[in-house]
Amino acid sequence: MTACGLAVLGVLVLIVYELTSRSSLSWHAFGFKFFAASDWDPVNEHFGALPFIFGTLVSSLLALVMAVPLAVGVAVFTTEMCPKALRGPLSFFVELLAAIPSVIYGLWAIFVLVPLLSHYVEPFLAKTLGWTGLFEGSAYGYGMLAAGIILAIMIIPIVSSITREVLMVVPQHQREGVLALGATRWEMIRVGVLRNARAGIVGAIILGLGRALGETMAVTMVIGNRPEIAKSLFASGYTMASVLANEFSEATGDVYLSALIEIGLALFLVTIIVNALAQLLVWTVTRGQPARGHA
Amino acid sequence: MPDLATTASTPQTVANISLWRRLTDHVMTGVAVATVVLVLAPLIAIFGYLVYKGVGSIDWAFLTQTPKPVGEAGGGMANAIVGSGLILGIASIVGVPFGVGAGIYLAEFGRNRLGSVVRFTADVLNGVPSIVIGIVAYAIVVLYQKHFSALAGGVALAIMMVPTISRTTEEMLLLVPQALREAAYGLGIPRWRTTLSITLRTATSGVITGIMLAFARVAGETAPLLFTTLGNDYWNLRVGQPTAALPLQIYNYANSPYDDWHRQAWAGAFVLILLIVTAVAAVRYAVRRGTFGAA
Repeated sequence: MTACGLAVLGVLVLIVYELTSRSSLSWHAFGFKFFAASDWDPVNEHFGALPFIFGTLVSSLLALVMAVPLAVGVAVFTTEMCPKALRGPLSFFVELLAAIPSVIYGLWAIFVLVPLLSHYVEPFLAKTLGWTGLFEGSAYGYGMLAAGIILAIMIIPIVSSITREVLMVVPQHQREGVLALGATRWEMIRVGVLRNARAGIVGAIILGLGRALGETMAVTMVIGNRPEIAKSLFASGYTMASVLANEFSEATGDVYLSALIEIGLALFLVTIIVNALAQLLVWTVTRGQPARGHA
Repeated sequence: MPDLATTASTPQTVANISLWRRLTDHVMTGVAVATVVLVLAPLIAIFGYLVYKGVGSIDWAFLTQTPKPVGEAGGGMANAIVGSGLILGIASIVGVPFGVGAGIYLAEFGRNRLGSVVRFTADVLNGVPSIVIGIVAYAIVVLYQKHFSALAGGVALAIMMVPTISRTTEEMLLLVPQALREAAYGLGIPRWRTTLSITLRTATSGVITGIMLAFARVAGETAPLLFTTLGNDYWNLRVGQPTAALPLQIYNYANSPYDDWHRQAWAGAFVLILLIVTAVAAVRYAVRRGTFGAA
């Protein structure tokens, strides 16, 4: 049994070893410049990962901006306001949302979300908010905005289920105490519940971020897949995960493959750090009870 | 949980709360309800569209034939459905024993420093992007075999199953009352025997729940299969050869320019989600009926 336990550690070591050893070629060739250069030219073997890092960060942050208020709202509703009869079905539905495979989100995004964006949402945004520069260019539907929206839909379940867990461990007497002081329900939630659960909610958000950073299929299917850095959210982008998905099995040449694995390594390290941080924050709130919600 | 809170906080029961505070309370309640609606809307849209498109697209040929050559209408994904079964079978054979073993270790022998490290590692592994796991499987299986194979895909999915299964197994075993273990020790049964025949036996339904949830989670995974099993247009039941998989086929067909392939992508998505929802629903049903209703 101990061996099985150690196998879990072994897997992590294996991942680190394989990624580092197989990316060393690209590391020696480009060094730190790899993460600062923005040209991705497999033919001449010039590789810079900046457009992918940019795409990953922007799409994930965009997703967080949209998902966090909604997810926290749902969690507050289910724990504090919801009639008992609704609570079960509601959490079941949100769980179901988490069980849908990424590729099906992508499929739906291609055939429903993208046409919706290109026909209605993007022209509207361009007309009303075009002056900000964030909503310029042709409204193809594919691009950063579509990727952000589909990511938001995908990370809502995890953020909201963990926030719910965190809210549920806020001691009941906190709520009763605040109510006894004459607070309305919202004031009770704000002062008695949300303030106490702050660290845990931040943990839930970071966990959602970790999920968004590594999400591959749905994003690949709608982001447009062009290694560019553009200000407009309508423009195509590329993420670290989707360049792996698209180019890995076709990579010719050792340096090319090695460069892709180095992107994988960077993605791995970032998500590990983000997840560890989130895990610690959630743990401090739930006192060592594991943060579930992946299952 | 907060029943007291729900009843006591109804503003009408307290006479002298200012209009402003009461208004804020109502507005925030409205906002929370609105978030729930906004979260449920895409879910219902995705499910509704999936069922609508899926039911309309599925036919006998889809379930019994292999894909037709590029651009030709007709054919099906029978080989992909079987291929998915093969890959998931390999993943379960490799992943389940390790996962359950690690879970037993964590629950029964891991109440120490090493246990915490393993536990933390499992949680962090849970958050590693699936595409990175795919790279690792590529490095340890495909590069040695010199070609893509069902085995490599199975290994990738197994790596993803282990952390989920180990954590749920641990939780389930911890629910087994300590008195049962002590009773077994009292009869002179050695520790390993107690663990296997008493503790694990008692927690069987819960452990199976965890396994099914992990299974449902990896069943729709696409990213780690892209460069491990690769896909195949023909029947393949050999473990060492490239194999078709349902999620891969959905991905490829969704990105294709052919209407008939789009139709088949929807049909595939429908079959896949049916598989997953059945698994999740069966688990919920079993949990409700099983010994560990509280879990």
